Amino acid sequence: MSQTTGKPILEVEDLRTYFYTRDGVVRSVDGVSFSVSEGETLAIVGESGCGKSVTSLSILRLIASPPGKIISGSIRFHGKDLLDFSDEEMRDIRGDKISMIFQEPMTSLNPVLTVGRQIGEVLELHRHCSMEETRIRILELLKMVNIPEPESRMNEYPHQLSGGMRQRIMIAMALACDPEILIADEPTTALDVTIQAQILNLMRELRDKTRAAIILITHDLGVVAEMAQRVVVMYAGRKVEEASVNDLFEKPMHPYTLGLLNSMPRLDDSASKRLVEIPGMVPSMRNEIIGCAFAPRCSAAIERCSLESPPLKDYENAHWVACWNPVLLRPAYE
Amino acid sequence: MNKSKNKLLELKNLCKHYPIHKGILSRITGYVHAVDGVSFSIYEGETLGLVGESGCGKSTVGRTILRLIDPSAGEIYWRGERIDQLTRAQIRPYRKEIQAVFQDPYSSLNPRMRAADIVAEPLRNFEPLSQVEGRERVRELFALVGLRPDQMLRYPHEFSGGQRQRLGIARALSVKPKLIMCDEPVSALDVSVQAQVINLLGDLQQEFAVSYLFIAHDLAVVKYISHRIAVMYLGRIVELAETAELFNRPSHPYTEALLSAIPIPDPKHQRKQIVLRDDVPSPINRPSGCHFHTRCIYAQERCKVEAPLLEELSSGHFVACHFKLNT
Repeated sequence: MSQTTGKPILEVEDLRTYFYTRDGVVRSVDGVSFSVSEGETLAIVGESGCGKSVTSLSILRLIASPPGKIISGSIRFHGKDLLDFSDEEMRDIRGDKISMIFQEPMTSLNPVLTVGRQIGEVLELHRHCSMEETRIRILELLKMVNIPEPESRMNEYPHQLSGGMRQRIMIAMALACDPEILIADEPTTALDVTIQAQILNLMRELRDKTRAAIILITHDLGVVAEMAQRVVVMYAGRKVEEASVNDLFEKPMHPYTLGLLNSMPRLDDSASKRLVEIPGMVPSMRNEIIGCAFAPRCSAAIERCSLESPPLKDYENAHWVACWNPVLLRPAYE
Repeated sequence: MNKSKNKLLELKNLCKHYPIHKGILSRITGYVHAVDGVSFSIYEGETLGLVGESGCGKSTVGRTILRLIDPSAGEIYWRGERIDQLTRAQIRPYRKEIQAVFQDPYSSLNPRMRAADIVAEPLRNFEPLSQVEGRERVRELFALVGLRPDQMLRYPHEFSGGQRQRLGIARALSVKPKLIMCDEPVSALDVSVQAQVINLLGDLQQEFAVSYLFIAHDLAVVKYISHRIAVMYLGRIVELAETAELFNRPSHPYTEALLSAIPIPDPKHQRKQIVLRDDVPSPINRPSGCHFHTRCIYAQERCKVEAPLLEELSSGHFVACHFKLNT
């Protein structure tokens, strides 16, 4: 049962983002669809190179072109296709209606500007605030993300702050204009676990306060379980499964999702247990993949898998799976 | 249970302090206390996990054991012989017995060398073999770590992250070491591949009875491979116990907080989460007394003044805390 409220604010449909490189076409995102509603957190999970970051960059139209190109699909924000927007219109959306938190706060903050100045920039651009208004709002934002002594911190440079603090600044910046959608690309991957716990707590708190929709890009299923209501699992540029968070963890239907869950080291296992590995590795995206991209690594693959690409099918309660031989339908499975 | 086995490595009160130079005269204005009195032993065929957050000194400990860094104070014993004061020439025979696997499989393999040569380099260094013998050994090593012989002539960039880490493991294994220092060997890998590498390390230990010092920041990962685990905070060991004991009965508040901070992949899981406030203090200006008192939810006056010693709580379970939990 999904806990979505109201109608979706962002609908991505059949998105295809390809990169045209010297070595051939890389199909980073190859026909991905999903939607997010107000106040909802949607997680996009997958391993490196599965296209989850390119998906999020595509939404904000931040794909460098060339070599990248969104070759088809639509990204409807309140019903309007962002792909039809001019560059100026897109600039008005970015950082205002839709904003983003990047993984590496050190490289995404400008090292020669104070953090206050960087947060202020967003406000000046989108809200045309006066200097005094900007200052007040910056302090308010810094307090909101629990930065101690905001008056002095706003005059510091990124290198003077710790990793956790920098990520808080990124969050403050992203929330400066009360966005409707917040895209968080691996927001805690570069942080230590105790700091990760702080940041996740903060994000949950702010989500409940602002009702912003969050698209959380991550490789960590633990973070997904703590944050998300709905989950999209991606593999080799395609969506292989989508379900509510409870359904996904209780009855994963795609063999890849099951494999991910089993291969994850977890605290609640007994110590002597052996991890279940997924054999092989992620396929190269340079070659066109015929059939199911996961088939060569899948223990449940049948003949059809390597011939025909499986379509997404809704099994129950908006639990979408793209598999010819999904897990629960196999009688032998416990 | 490990006590009956032979002690391979022993650290006694190991310290590494880096001076901070300031001004034109480069006067020493302070020290970074990266490692501050660490003692532990590693037994034959055992894996000791060394866990802590960034900057806690875990990698410095590993590098000191390899003598890539010289300790400022303290003693290192290898099978009962003191090795921390040996010269470069004298240390050579020990280098064969202590090998390393590093975190970043991209920067720890020479991009201009072929895979077979990378794996064979320690062999060439320590065991003069004929070309045919050498090639045969490399072939065996490739098979052992799950690489194909036809990949022997490839360059590192032609391998995926997981395969590169397999190459690093094959290189470390080539001279049949007794101890392999693994510094975050899986943290750069994706989960599905991470499981492959952890299992591989486990299998190799079964086969060759090699010991590991497994350095990582992720307790969940360490748990699968370690017999005992040491938790470090700001240069000191705060808790050391057998794996099951540490997870069932964490007795240092920091261990408890670390455990509770790791997200559990189960949306229905309800738990008591302890979210530590603030960041890890700097190893330059460390808090007085117990280093953890600034973030500890149980801290009292005594913790600010007096540094707790590592005491044995029960057999093999050591904790450095004035107010031990679960006792």
